[in-house]
Amino acid sequence: MKKAKDVVLGDGLNNAFASIFAIMIGLVFGFLILMISNPAEAVNGFIIILKGGFSTGPKGLGQVLYFATPLILTGLSVGFAFKTGLFNIGAAGQFIMGAFAAVYVGVKWTFLPAPFHWMVAIAMAALVGGLWALIPGLMKAYLNVHEVISTIMMNYIGMYTANFLIKITVYDSKKALSMNTAETAVLPKGGLDYIFYNPLGTSKDLSTVNSGIWIAIIFAVIMYIVLNKTTFGYELKACGFNKYASKYAGINEKRNIVLSMVIAGALAGMGGALLYLSGGNGRHIKVVDMLAVEGFNGIPVALLGLSNPIGIIFSAIFISYITQGGNYMQTLDFVPEVIDIIIACIIYFSAFSLVFRSIIPRILRFRKDKQANQEEKENEGGEL
Amino acid sequence: MGYVIEMLNITKEFPGIIANDNITLQLEKGEIHALLGENGAGKSTLMSVLFGMYQPEKGIIKKNGQEVKIKDPNDANNLNIGMVHQHFKLVHNFTVLQNIILGVETTKNGFLKMDEAREKVVALSKKYGLMVNPDSIIDEITVGMQQRVEILKMLYRENEVLIFDEPTAVLTPQEIDELMKIMKDLTAEGKSILFITHKLNEIKEVADRCTVLRKGKYIGTINVKETSKEEMSEMMVGRKISFKTDKKESIPGDIVLKVRELTVSSKGHANKAVKNVSFDVRRGEIVCIAGIDGNGQSELVYGLTGLTPIDKGQIYINDKDVTKLNVRHRNLNGLAHIPEDRHKDGLVLDFNLSQNLILKKYFMPEFQKRSFIQFNAINEYGQRLLEKFDIRSGQGLRTSLRSMSGGNQQKAIVAREIDLDPEILIAVQPTRGLDVGAIEYIHKQLVNIRDEGKAVLLISLELDEVMNVSDRILVIFEGEIVANVKPEDVTIQELGLYMAGSKRNEVVI
Repeated sequence: MKKAKDVVLGDGLNNAFASIFAIMIGLVFGFLILMISNPAEAVNGFIIILKGGFSTGPKGLGQVLYFATPLILTGLSVGFAFKTGLFNIGAAGQFIMGAFAAVYVGVKWTFLPAPFHWMVAIAMAALVGGLWALIPGLMKAYLNVHEVISTIMMNYIGMYTANFLIKITVYDSKKALSMNTAETAVLPKGGLDYIFYNPLGTSKDLSTVNSGIWIAIIFAVIMYIVLNKTTFGYELKACGFNKYASKYAGINEKRNIVLSMVIAGALAGMGGALLYLSGGNGRHIKVVDMLAVEGFNGIPVALLGLSNPIGIIFSAIFISYITQGGNYMQTLDFVPEVIDIIIACIIYFSAFSLVFRSIIPRILRFRKDKQANQEEKENEGGEL
Repeated sequence: MGYVIEMLNITKEFPGIIANDNITLQLEKGEIHALLGENGAGKSTLMSVLFGMYQPEKGIIKKNGQEVKIKDPNDANNLNIGMVHQHFKLVHNFTVLQNIILGVETTKNGFLKMDEAREKVVALSKKYGLMVNPDSIIDEITVGMQQRVEILKMLYRENEVLIFDEPTAVLTPQEIDELMKIMKDLTAEGKSILFITHKLNEIKEVADRCTVLRKGKYIGTINVKETSKEEMSEMMVGRKISFKTDKKESIPGDIVLKVRELTVSSKGHANKAVKNVSFDVRRGEIVCIAGIDGNGQSELVYGLTGLTPIDKGQIYINDKDVTKLNVRHRNLNGLAHIPEDRHKDGLVLDFNLSQNLILKKYFMPEFQKRSFIQFNAINEYGQRLLEKFDIRSGQGLRTSLRSMSGGNQQKAIVAREIDLDPEILIAVQPTRGLDVGAIEYIHKQLVNIRDEGKAVLLISLELDEVMNVSDRILVIFEGEIVANVKPEDVTIQELGLYMAGSKRNEVVI
């Protein structure tokens, strides 16, 4: 009995419940907005959102995974920094700079042979993303400049720099997009082309999904191991919780702040590479004065996944799924802006799961043991 | 005289523990009633029940003979019950006046009317001798002054029953004397005071009656005048306590810590906090740095341990110059440090017990293989420390440090530092805020490692501790060492003169 109770009240399951509960509330809220904007089509529209990627068969599901890939990495970027006590709001800038580096290598460095070409492109994206986060990291550690402000600044600098660099190097002026990368720089399908396609006569209508999703999942697992199983993760978490005690214990807290930001930046930069190294049918960088949505959506992904790397995989897939569903709503009478609002509401409302995380165990405990007082943990001064 | 407050047969349970088991407490009008008990005896829980933060499972509370329900602190406030918490509840960048009126602001058409409030506060501080400048910012006044603000807050709300939760834990000896006087004045004006403490001297000095709790149970209520300190401490811990630390004559050996002409600047001031300080600590001796708080002790320790850079001077451990080494390498050269502020420096409160116990050892080969943490080794190690140092926690090694009592948090630090097997242990106010049982325990540990041939540098504000534990006393005044004496050659009065700067001798190393 005791074990069963432990599982129920244990952290992992309780966190998952909190996130699912939050998602449901987000969906209810989204439905309310649907009702307001277009009552006649509200139910149908909501069904389309819920069907998400399923609306267009296996290919649609593949697209869900394809768009989840960069979200996993930007989510990891935000979540990893958060676990170490830093707010990385700069995933958008790191993402787009990484994306540019990857596309540049993909288009220009054609002297590289096949498997190495895309690997080098990803590595360069990580490097540039990391460099982009290095600056706020150094400013935080040595000049005490708050990372929220400096990373936001770096977002805009990154966006305009990337636009400028694309225009003078890898710009396809007919489409107003970045050029196609060389075939050798496109990520291999990784077996996914056998699953995610819609039959089209005798040929296949392939989804854009590729081995990028595997790479994203592998990095999520790596981040989980680093945070929870290594001395490096222990140091980073110690600095995040209490930098004074870390200094007292002889941990170099300045170095850890910088490293933590650089790793976060490298993850976001890789997200850029994995999204854009997807061949002619995949995404291309649009040269517009708008911050990368994938970067900002890393924040709700991390919040919804409670900054747990494994949780982030699922929350990224969920958000991608809902966004895909939203796109199909255009078949009904919804204007794209309203769809964006609805999807944004669902996503951000869901991200409030942090709040629910503390409420759910209380409700459970309260039911199990009415005598238990829920405040005991909050009352630091209490003697127990 | 009747009772102002009666708490009858209060029982309060938490999951897995009965914090208050059938406790009765009766407070007479105009008395100072002490509530005595070890850490974890249930004192704070009982007061939280009275203040409305917890609801008891059983028992009733009466105010002036009428049964009352106190559901939250607002109810308590309406019944004129006020509390000074151990950790003050003040807004740090507000002025004294703004803090006092917070929550009961006088307004006119939505605008603050401060003049009236200011008059009332000034009148109150005159009446009770609580001199504070109403326009000072909280951050810029001393802890003693902050406490006065808390007291003024209660008076401003015209509270009749004043609860003081371990008010002296954060004060210097002089401030304690002043507080005692203020408390007596308050009762002379008809206020009733509940005084939570585990310091017997203070109870002897001010309290009329005393209720003793032990492990959540009611032990008894006594008249302070008729009971000796020894009897009270026996009621509190359930066994006889020796106030005198047993220790053999110290046999100083080689020099372990050698400090030469150390100068450290103070934070935010041009003045040096530590000026040209030189001293030695030898194997097998406990050297105590005595002094009034704020005379450079913290900066000295921060400089010695490497937490802040020093301006000038050399530090040697076993003849090795460690002046240029960072914190980690000083530790590896045999320096251990029980810090002054255990919550800020000593512990990561969001880590669990086992993670905190390896805070200075996690990188050693026994706890990691190719930088992967060896959880089995950590658990075995933690379990061993738990047993060896008798650290008590609700869920063993998985307990979050935040939920542990202050005494056990301190034990965890002491265990971690002593188990580093240091050459020199720097202990800064290691018994601050602890009960007699825990104090006795920590003093014993200090004497033990001295007897093992280690050097101990103790920084203490409590003269009892200084006289009792140390083998040699260095007095620090305004950043300089003004005396180097043995406890048997000096009286407390003499030490007081050194500490106040009215006497000094040439210190020869």
